[in-house]
Amino acid sequence: MFEHIWLVPLFPLFGFLLIAFNFRRFKGITAGVVASLMVLLPFLYSIIIFIKLSEGAVGQTVDLFNWISFHNLSIQFSFLTDRLSALMLLIVTGVGFLIHVYSIGYMKEDKGFNRFFSYMNLFVFFMLLLVLGSNFLILFIGWEGVGLSSYLLIGFWFKNQDYNNAAKKAFIMNRIGDLGFLLALFLLIQHFGTLDFAVIFAKSSAIPAGDITITFITMLLFTGAIGKSAQIPLFTWLPDAMAGPTPVSALIHAATMVTAGIYMVARSNVLFALSPVTMMTISVIGIITALMAGSIAIFQNDIKKILAYSTVSQLGFMFVALGTGAFTGAMFHLTTHAFFKALLFLAAGSVIHALNGEQDIRKMGGLKDKIPVTFWLFLIGSMAISGLPPFAGFFSKDMILLGAFHSGPVLWTLSVLAALMTAFYMFRLLFVVFWSHAAKPENSSHPVHESPKSMTIPMSVLAVLSVFGGLFGVPHLLGGDETIRTFLAPLFASSESVISHGREALSEQTELWLMAPVFLILAVIYLAYVIHVRKRKIGQAEPERSFFGNLAYHKFYVDEIYEAVVQKPVAGLSTFFHDVIEIKAIDRFVNQTGNLVVWVGKNIRYIQTGNVGAYLFFMVVSIILILFLNLLK
Amino acid sequence: MLTGLLIFIPLIFSLLLFALKDHFVLNKKIALTASMLTFVISVMVLMQYIADPNGYPIYHSDFFHLLGIEFTLGMDGLSMLLVLLTTFLFPLIIYSGFGSGLERRNSFYALILLMEFALIGVFSTTDILMFYIFWEIALIPIFFVSILWGGQNARSITFKFFMYTLVGGLLMLVAIVYIYVQTPGQHSFAFSDFYQVILDPSEQKWLLLAFFLAFAIKMPIFPFHTWQPDLYFTAPVQGTMLLAGIMLKMGVYGVLRFVLPLFPDAMNDFSVYAILLSVTGIVYASIIAIRQSELKRLIAYSSLAHVGLIATGMFSRTFSGLEGAMIQMISHGVNIVGLFFCYEIIVRRTKTGEIASLGGIATKAPVFAAFFMIILLGSISLPLTNGFVGEFLLLLGVFEFNSYLAAVAGLTIILGAVYMLWMYQRTMYGEVRETTAGFKDLTAWELVVLIPIVVIILWIGIYPQMFLGIAEPAVKNILKIQ
Repeated sequence: MFEHIWLVPLFPLFGFLLIAFNFRRFKGITAGVVASLMVLLPFLYSIIIFIKLSEGAVGQTVDLFNWISFHNLSIQFSFLTDRLSALMLLIVTGVGFLIHVYSIGYMKEDKGFNRFFSYMNLFVFFMLLLVLGSNFLILFIGWEGVGLSSYLLIGFWFKNQDYNNAAKKAFIMNRIGDLGFLLALFLLIQHFGTLDFAVIFAKSSAIPAGDITITFITMLLFTGAIGKSAQIPLFTWLPDAMAGPTPVSALIHAATMVTAGIYMVARSNVLFALSPVTMMTISVIGIITALMAGSIAIFQNDIKKILAYSTVSQLGFMFVALGTGAFTGAMFHLTTHAFFKALLFLAAGSVIHALNGEQDIRKMGGLKDKIPVTFWLFLIGSMAISGLPPFAGFFSKDMILLGAFHSGPVLWTLSVLAALMTAFYMFRLLFVVFWSHAAKPENSSHPVHESPKSMTIPMSVLAVLSVFGGLFGVPHLLGGDETIRTFLAPLFASSESVISHGREALSEQTELWLMAPVFLILAVIYLAYVIHVRKRKIGQAEPERSFFGNLAYHKFYVDEIYEAVVQKPVAGLSTFFHDVIEIKAIDRFVNQTGNLVVWVGKNIRYIQTGNVGAYLFFMVVSIILILFLNLLK
Repeated sequence: MLTGLLIFIPLIFSLLLFALKDHFVLNKKIALTASMLTFVISVMVLMQYIADPNGYPIYHSDFFHLLGIEFTLGMDGLSMLLVLLTTFLFPLIIYSGFGSGLERRNSFYALILLMEFALIGVFSTTDILMFYIFWEIALIPIFFVSILWGGQNARSITFKFFMYTLVGGLLMLVAIVYIYVQTPGQHSFAFSDFYQVILDPSEQKWLLLAFFLAFAIKMPIFPFHTWQPDLYFTAPVQGTMLLAGIMLKMGVYGVLRFVLPLFPDAMNDFSVYAILLSVTGIVYASIIAIRQSELKRLIAYSSLAHVGLIATGMFSRTFSGLEGAMIQMISHGVNIVGLFFCYEIIVRRTKTGEIASLGGIATKAPVFAAFFMIILLGSISLPLTNGFVGEFLLLLGVFEFNSYLAAVAGLTIILGAVYMLWMYQRTMYGEVRETTAGFKDLTAWELVVLIPIVVIILWIGIYPQMFLGIAEPAVKNILKIQ
């Protein structure tokens, strides 16, 4: 039924090649149109797939060719179409298409217009490989491939070496995680003899929970996810990645690529469910990341950096869900997050566009009336991410909090705290940018202008999704039927039941109480309003920061620590290896050996005196010596 | 018959060139024709091989029989891959020569063709004495190429290399003679007879060391590598391409052909040391590469790291490790020649290889930037490039040997990205500098060299099955798996 699934990644690949080979010939917005089309077509196809699957069609694996296979190893180049990949397909191509269209307007003036769209299509190609791969190695192609596209797009304006450094940092931090991922693949091959999802998951059903190998495998896989989804300790690349053009931040560093880690864990839920240790680790890392990134976001002043830390924090939230076994919750939040975070980034891009490149929120203010469309869209995004009902974020967060509650009150409380932080930094951002009149924009010579239709229409679509996207997961309590849970049940139901085994079902009353944090969120928003609109006077200096605030403002000095602990020692080691070991030890030894040979040769020639008597003497001595040695034998 | 032509065409044309006068265009054309012809023939041999892998193509001459030497060439999967690598790279290396500043160009090209003759001989002979002879012949052209057309200190650096490998070679010769004496019946140097000799483990140990040293110096494996960075740096770029692209594969070939099959018992004890050395080399060379400030030296250390990984996988003696080694021999050869060619393009235009004084080339030459990027991705083993298939299998092989060592060896994928991306960023990105202000994009003839390289990078990356298939029976033979 899905034999032609290979067309889906083929379109953007074709788009990439088409633009790459015509990068001097395509004029105007041609490249943008071509690229958008190459994402629209697979989107339409994805809709068909999605409908067929929800009508009950069975998932299917399509083998394309033998990729790496010999003796006892066989890895197929093959695609898997099932409900999970279909959901991801919709997100990637759908949100991807909207962002492509938006970019046509956003990047219009840029000299690298064609290059930009070729990279964007390349990214979509790899992302589609990632979600369609039917074994871990195809997933890994996509996994590293999106890393490459991300590298190329972060450093898109490559004349600026700071941007290039950010791009390099992203690639290398991802590679650190990828080494873990690779080792996990080797363990899988050793243990299961294959990398095929279907075979591995089927075989692992016979393995008892707590198996040590599975723990190793899942821990290593999770290492990969830590890198790709920017969790502690490999999260510092994501804020730096904001060096790329804003649509890139929206597509790659918010909606799709960074969620690959979530997808991968959800895809391998059968394995992860077998290892309580890994699950526990995932929750812990997730919640710490969520809190840490959330607190950093509160103190930042760069509009994109705030959103970036927010993304890190939301990803942490999704990992909390995964760790507590709420796989559906994680995927649900991934979906809604893709809508509202893409919206927020695009809206931020619209703000930046309006202010001719200004990103410091202290230099913004009072934009509410100047760019009203952007303002309303931004407001919708903020309400959705803060988890206000009936916006999308409310339902997906609710599902995650429910999962956390099952794991214990501590995790639940911390998760609520993280959610409150989200509301606070988002509304701080909103109030400072759109309400207060803290300072005039610096580039006041250019009039502030609303963005063109090609940008506002895609944002509006995302806004609609941010409002109604949550309806797929309305809990029974509120009269919904959790469509998304039913939809993903074939993939998650068994793992979720393994984990929730022995848990008591919550009473309706408890469940209702668990929604109470909504009022706290409202309170926090009011607090943000008081601090940033009411109390703030024009031209007022920044308030003194507390000790903790100072730490958070400086991002807990993580980058500085890494520089001192990793970068500097490695650089020192490099010099030491080269100057001392290489030159003064090994090479000198080699040279000395050579010199010794020459010296011995020089001296030994004196033995050849030409005196026959001496030769005879040596001969006789030698013969006696040989005979003597023979005797000893 | 074809197999015979394969080796004699380069020889005959080489002799012809020695006899000719110095004339750049003509000399180059002749050399190019000869190498192209050889490549075409090698592809025909490949066709034969694929049609009938069991009765592999053989050339046999009675001419040398009087001397007691069997002159027989034969191709199994291992030979086939390396001969193909050789014949594929030679036209590119010859074509990439700019010819500027060179004198006695007829001798230059004659030496290069002589080298091709020797290399094909090394990879395809079935007689170990002939192997040794070809092995030493291959030293001669590279010696003269580096000394006569090399840069500063060429004389002492080349001499050091020469002595170093000569010593290794002599040790190997002693070991060869030792085994020869024990061959059954009328003694012979044929591989098949050598494989039948049963050596007891204590003998194996010493013979193994002699062979190992010869090959370890050639590859080179840490700590026998110190001749390499200097020589790569001082040799003319074609010489460096020959050294890095093909010559070091002689060492890899030797291990696969002799060390693993002849000394299985000694290898059981020894492999862990060989792997430890190789893994040390990977990390050591990668870390040194991070701080290299000159392009050619950086590439030289990166090559050292990559070869370390090939050695590691090979000594793991696992199926994946050996398959990976075979794929990576090809990939490394193609990528390193590509990298050195990019280096040559930069140096030709800017007159400097100092990374600090370069920058902004991507602005001036986007097509070049794209090609350079693809070759670089192959070298940092991004999936869908040749480097990934090779390194994935190599690391898998190491992992099957010892998982912790695989984790250490795997550092190469992180460190490789560190120094390669840094190098690319500093030379290609950033603001245009004085040195790069007049940087012209690729010319048609440069594309002629780069396109085949990129095609192979993607081919092996996307559809490696053909190469894996050619290697498979050879791997089975080496590991004695039915």
